Amino acid sequence: MFAYIVRRLFLMLVTLFGISVIIFVLLRVVPGNIVDILFDAAGFVDPADKANLERELGLSQPIVIQYLHWIGGLLHGDLGYSYVSEKPALEEILPRIPITARLAGLALLFSASIGIPLGVISAVHQGSKLDYALRVVSLSGLSLPSFWLGLLILMASVSLFGTMPIFNPNPKTWLEALSIYAVPAMAVGFRSAALTMRITRSSMLEILRQDYIRTARAKGASEASVNYHHALKNAVLPVITVIGIEAAFLIGGLIVTETVFNIPGIARFLVEALRWRDYPIVQNLVMFIAVVVVVVNFIVDMLYAAIDPRIRFGD
Amino acid sequence: MSEALPAETVLDVKNLQTVFFTNSGLFRAVDDVSFTVRRGETLAIVGESGCGKSVSALSIMRLVPDPPGRIVGGSVTLEGTDLLKLDDAAMRDIRGNRISMIFQEPMTSLNPVIRIGDQIIEAVRLHQKVSSKEAWKQAVDMLRLVRIPEPERRAREYPHQLSGGMRQRAMIAMALACRPALLIADEPTTALDVTIQAQILALIVDLQQRLGTGLILITHDLGVVAQTAQRVIVMYAGKKVEEATVESLFETPLHPYTRGLMASIPAVPSPDAREDVRLIEIPGMVPSLTKLPPGCAFAPRCKLAVDRCRQEYPPLDEVKSNHWAACWRAGEMAEAS
Repeated sequence: MFAYIVRRLFLMLVTLFGISVIIFVLLRVVPGNIVDILFDAAGFVDPADKANLERELGLSQPIVIQYLHWIGGLLHGDLGYSYVSEKPALEEILPRIPITARLAGLALLFSASIGIPLGVISAVHQGSKLDYALRVVSLSGLSLPSFWLGLLILMASVSLFGTMPIFNPNPKTWLEALSIYAVPAMAVGFRSAALTMRITRSSMLEILRQDYIRTARAKGASEASVNYHHALKNAVLPVITVIGIEAAFLIGGLIVTETVFNIPGIARFLVEALRWRDYPIVQNLVMFIAVVVVVVNFIVDMLYAAIDPRIRFGD
Repeated sequence: MSEALPAETVLDVKNLQTVFFTNSGLFRAVDDVSFTVRRGETLAIVGESGCGKSVSALSIMRLVPDPPGRIVGGSVTLEGTDLLKLDDAAMRDIRGNRISMIFQEPMTSLNPVIRIGDQIIEAVRLHQKVSSKEAWKQAVDMLRLVRIPEPERRAREYPHQLSGGMRQRAMIAMALACRPALLIADEPTTALDVTIQAQILALIVDLQQRLGTGLILITHDLGVVAQTAQRVIVMYAGKKVEEATVESLFETPLHPYTRGLMASIPAVPSPDAREDVRLIEIPGMVPSLTKLPPGCAFAPRCKLAVDRCRQEYPPLDEVKSNHWAACWRAGEMAEAS
């Protein structure tokens, strides 16, 4: 097990290195850099000024040098300066992380706490009206784009209550905080909840046919114990995988949701930075997201071993 | 039966009827079957796959999957209580407590993600008010009782860490944890190696006698029946076709189907036998339960069948003392032997 973890950590480093190269190269393949954009906007181009600015920002150096410069800085905790705000990238990124983290965490919590029980109910009552209703709702969850759902929620909120939740960086009560985050989290988490429900349902249907479920009933276990203790514990593995993948996928949904709900999180910030070719911000943010995804994957694998005793790594 | 002391009846099944509703129609998996089991007695239920023996067992436990199955008639009286009249909660109190069941597949009948000890504890704590510490001790004691070496360690292991034979022992430990009045063993040794089969059977019979449990042993292996049971019922196409004491059944099987079953037990050929001996089989197939012939269900496969067999179902008659058979020609066979 220890050897396995060490090997996994090493592989994570390799993965992150690969990602860093890909981000770095892709960013520079995209036509135009911040200097082009600034000068285009000004409508006046003096090639000497432009070259000066590029030299100042380090953009005239060979790409390998630029890369080493970035990685070297990264290893020392120096993420460089935002081209746009000229503030340290770290100062720009750090305060935005908790906002998105809360949103993503709430969305995942929403998808697990709604999706798993509904999936179990749907499987246990397979073929009933309730099952069909839940499956239709989950299908709509998979088909609705989250930005559209977000817009619908905002419009409904305005027409029903005459107001809509507006982001406030310093909510006074936890209730206010919850109301700020819960609605966008639901908009973005609806899809995950629907997917989680469907996976839970199909996994449960498979498990409920197993012999050990009959054994549990033969012992005199109640239906609740059979479904949630005996069956769900076995059925939850693929669900965890899906939630893990969703955690990574969520960032895409968050970009539009943060825009629709006007929330200053990292997802929206990433798109803005990309528009300005603000390399230090984009590179470091994507790198951060990559680290999160890789770590989530690692946690999912560890959870597998924790839940299913048949899975032991590194033997 | 020539028993000196008639033991108390634990289970009395009367006219049990279990049907399945399927796309190809309704079929009677268990059709008007009656039998009793006494304390400490072993009743064997014998028959081919699909003859209704497992469904009979599941009907007693009230674990027939519904839909598609349903118990539509009869009574199942355990220690004076008709189980078919109980509500679900009361039935759960009976299961695993007064009646337990051991299944055919030890490899898949234990929950793979729960420790062996915890699975036994669950059976104990569902029915007895004991602390978890006390329950754990009982679980370990049960594992020791079923002769699992190092029970303390095994209790902490997961099913995949145990061999098939060990898992079946653990199943037995779980089934007997609450000292049930009745144990149903549904082909408990079929999935095991031949060498292990005898051990497991001996263990079941030994514990059954020590604890005074009534045992229903479901099997298709007549050798097992001869070794373990006192009484036998033979089932065919959902019906009981013969019932007798083991001695009487093996001495004079009265139903042609039972004779066929006995003839198809392969004999060990003697080393100097010149020719390869062809195994004897019962010709034909078990009829589809949705399309049963009007008369005796076995008639299409029976060498002795006469016209009457194809038209009228024979009643289950006591042809000899304590020996019942449902065959128009059972009387002739009893006389001939």
